[in-house]
Amino acid sequence: MTDRPLLRMKGITKSFLGVRVLHGVDLDLYPGELHALVGENGAGKSTLMKVLAGVHRADEGAVELDGTPVSFDHPVRAQRAGVATVFQEFNLLPERTVAGNVHLGREIRRRGWVDVRAMERATGDLLDDLGLEGISPRAKVRSLSVAEQQVVEIVKALSQDARIISMDEPTASLADHEVEVLYRLIARLRERDVALLYVSHRLKEIFDLATTITVLKDGHRVDTVAAGDIGPAELVRTMVGRPVSQVFPDRVEPRGERVGEVRLDVRGGGNEQVDGVDLTVRGGEIVGLAGLQGSGRTEIAQALFGMERFTRGEVRVDGRRVDPRSPRQAVRSGVVLVSEDRKTQGLALNQSILANGRLALDAVWPLGARRRSRRIPGILESLELVARGGHGQEVRFLSGGNQQKVVLAKWLAADPGVMVLDEPTRGIDVGAKQAVYRLMRELSAEGVAIVLISSELPELIGMSDRLVVLDDGRVAGELPADSSEEAVMAMATGAPPDEAPEQDPERHDPRTLGGGPPVSDPPENGPRSHPEEAAP
Amino acid sequence: MSTTRPAAERTPRRNPLSMLSGGTATVALLLAVVFAVIATQNPSFFEGPPLMSFARMAAPLVLLAIGQYFVIVSGEFDLSVGSLVGAQVVIAARLIDGDPSRTLPVLALMLVFGLVVGLVNGLVTTVLKVPSIITTLGTMLILFGAVRYWTGGAPTGELSEAFRLAGRGGIEGVPFLGQLPYALIIAAAATAGAVWLMRSSYGRSLMATGDNDVAAAFSGVRVWRVRTTAFVLSGLMASVAAVLIGGFSGVTAQVGDGLEFTAITAVVLGGVVLGGGRGTVVAAVLGALTVEALFTLFTQLYLPATIQPTVQGLIIIAAVAYASRRGDLRLPERLRRRPGHPTERPLGTSRR
Repeated sequence: MTDRPLLRMKGITKSFLGVRVLHGVDLDLYPGELHALVGENGAGKSTLMKVLAGVHRADEGAVELDGTPVSFDHPVRAQRAGVATVFQEFNLLPERTVAGNVHLGREIRRRGWVDVRAMERATGDLLDDLGLEGISPRAKVRSLSVAEQQVVEIVKALSQDARIISMDEPTASLADHEVEVLYRLIARLRERDVALLYVSHRLKEIFDLATTITVLKDGHRVDTVAAGDIGPAELVRTMVGRPVSQVFPDRVEPRGERVGEVRLDVRGGGNEQVDGVDLTVRGGEIVGLAGLQGSGRTEIAQALFGMERFTRGEVRVDGRRVDPRSPRQAVRSGVVLVSEDRKTQGLALNQSILANGRLALDAVWPLGARRRSRRIPGILESLELVARGGHGQEVRFLSGGNQQKVVLAKWLAADPGVMVLDEPTRGIDVGAKQAVYRLMRELSAEGVAIVLISSELPELIGMSDRLVVLDDGRVAGELPADSSEEAVMAMATGAPPDEAPEQDPERHDPRTLGGGPPVSDPPENGPRSHPEEAAP
Repeated sequence: MSTTRPAAERTPRRNPLSMLSGGTATVALLLAVVFAVIATQNPSFFEGPPLMSFARMAAPLVLLAIGQYFVIVSGEFDLSVGSLVGAQVVIAARLIDGDPSRTLPVLALMLVFGLVVGLVNGLVTTVLKVPSIITTLGTMLILFGAVRYWTGGAPTGELSEAFRLAGRGGIEGVPFLGQLPYALIIAAAATAGAVWLMRSSYGRSLMATGDNDVAAAFSGVRVWRVRTTAFVLSGLMASVAAVLIGGFSGVTAQVGDGLEFTAITAVVLGGVVLGGGRGTVVAAVLGALTVEALFTLFTQLYLPATIQPTVQGLIIIAAVAYASRRGDLRLPERLRRRPGHPTERPLGTSRR
């Protein structure tokens, strides 16, 4: 490792629509190192990576490559300068061969014609060099596995003489043995003095692979440490360690008839994304679903709401067995979902507040819609919806908080028994957040069973009566309402040994079979490895 | 208790007459201008009988525009209506063949045929997920070819007088107007019905589907049913229009040619934005009247009728350009969706 960083990012600041997501972040990247970028959801990892890749431009701050200041305003510029990024979605043409993709846009020509053979030879050499003889340069990308496609992305980067490769959750969609291939490839890349920037939620990988770890939190760089100087427990603490500054409204005295009755009961629910989900929510209860992105929180919400289905297990709402195949059936059975993306899934933006508010009634109970919709102005009123144009105003002109209130009003009009709230306060201002919190308290006092999904741990802990922690599509355990953030994060990442409960051994956790860097690390058979074992 | 602040709500530019919003006022103004120009050329135009004959001519287009409105507002297209009208007239002539007693059964058959064509269009679009522009283009060609094959290019048969009554006849002896055409009554009734329908739960669901079919589906709308119904309504409207057109046109293989484009022009001129979710029935009807008035004006100016398609093309482009400058134009949801907030991964959702 040389003393001079290959890449130096200084004081990177970036805002989106007035929300600052990066606050003066510094990052140095040395040749041959793997620099892991960790942090909670929304900490700014991906944004920082995209600034480096030239997808976003930093508002402030400087990037130096080899001591020369650079500013990438386009991904292609970054690539030419030797900075390649492997995103979660690959940018490959499925109908072309591996060689064709590797040389896409830079085809080798001979007398004006594309020299396919030369391209295949060059690609083959590169693949051999990396010890990846298994992939034929002539294979069509469509026929490759996800991991192989990822390899092609990396080879493509290398063929452009990339000196820096950044990867965003590269193992997210890989199976166990495929992760091994990636580990090997990463070791080869480091031998070639390529600097790697690596984002992952999986602590084991980070301790397996990283030489340096930078922790981001709410857009600030908290710390940069050598991987050997920190343990997983301490890392988790650094990731979440924030003062709980938000204040949540007090619980309201329950008054509804159905308080205490089991309103939602999921037994052994499972499909392609989640498995063995047991979830019981009583009227008057707010149950928080905690977990990292991709842990299955949203998938459970979608299955309850009929967007996906549980193919195993059973769901009961108010004691009746239900198997919703569409949102409509879910709504009829009394389950509603406030989805995390209100603009594409929650609202018809060009329609009026009132039209959106009564849409569920119009769609599901057309005969009583007119009568029942008379309540909507009152509901909007109680949500303190503020619209200058009155209730005839189109919702696209409303702020995020008010739009969310319209979505809530739509579902309140349907008198739900079970309400699933997926990131209900995302992108809304503090005042509207408080209104949403108060509404949740009111509803639960009236006997509605509420399932809350949120990436903001303080919110989840502050609002929930009980936390169900998910990890990789399964329930990792339950925690009481007053649990610490560290305990939740630990369970969600499967970090410290004392918190992690026994897991079903039938299902392999991709993390456990990582194999590790070239040093042979016999695959552990335990369902869950403890990062300590993997830490250097 | 309130900490909520009106976080800088942008108030939209609103038309003082909210009834006439969504392009309705614009097209009403345009219609007035065209009528004014017609009046300068032909001062007697607004004396009852010429106006009524204009209404009779415009009625089929009004019906087609209403049908097209339902489809366009749901975010789709129906290109098959012109061919459907042609097919209906030819079939009616052949089946009636001058026998008045067959009039009513044939009328019923026409409605059923229109319903079936609409149902096929709708189901192919929603269930098989073929884009409607392709589906209805296919239906258009199928009907076009089938009619020519069936008739050998020269339609035979004859419509009965009773059949022609709806398109030709009217209530006689109305003061000032002279004859009040049945066509006008039918068109007015259809307009009133469509306005009522759009205010019903179905209409609201249809509008929301055209605006954002994902959000509509997540609110419990059966998107496929709502859209299919719109195609069926379009097919029914085309059937009624065919009855009116049969009343005053000859039975040729050319009946109905290009009517789908005229209907789309009318709807677009009314400010019902392609892509769905906006615009009113009244605007679509006014658009149809404007297009028909323009054609009348051309006749008065001795411009050849052959120039009509060119004018329609200009109107479509100009109207859409105008709408997109005002910021009304929206691409269909599927084209519009972009990656979400950069730190969030967009949630993968199916289109419908």
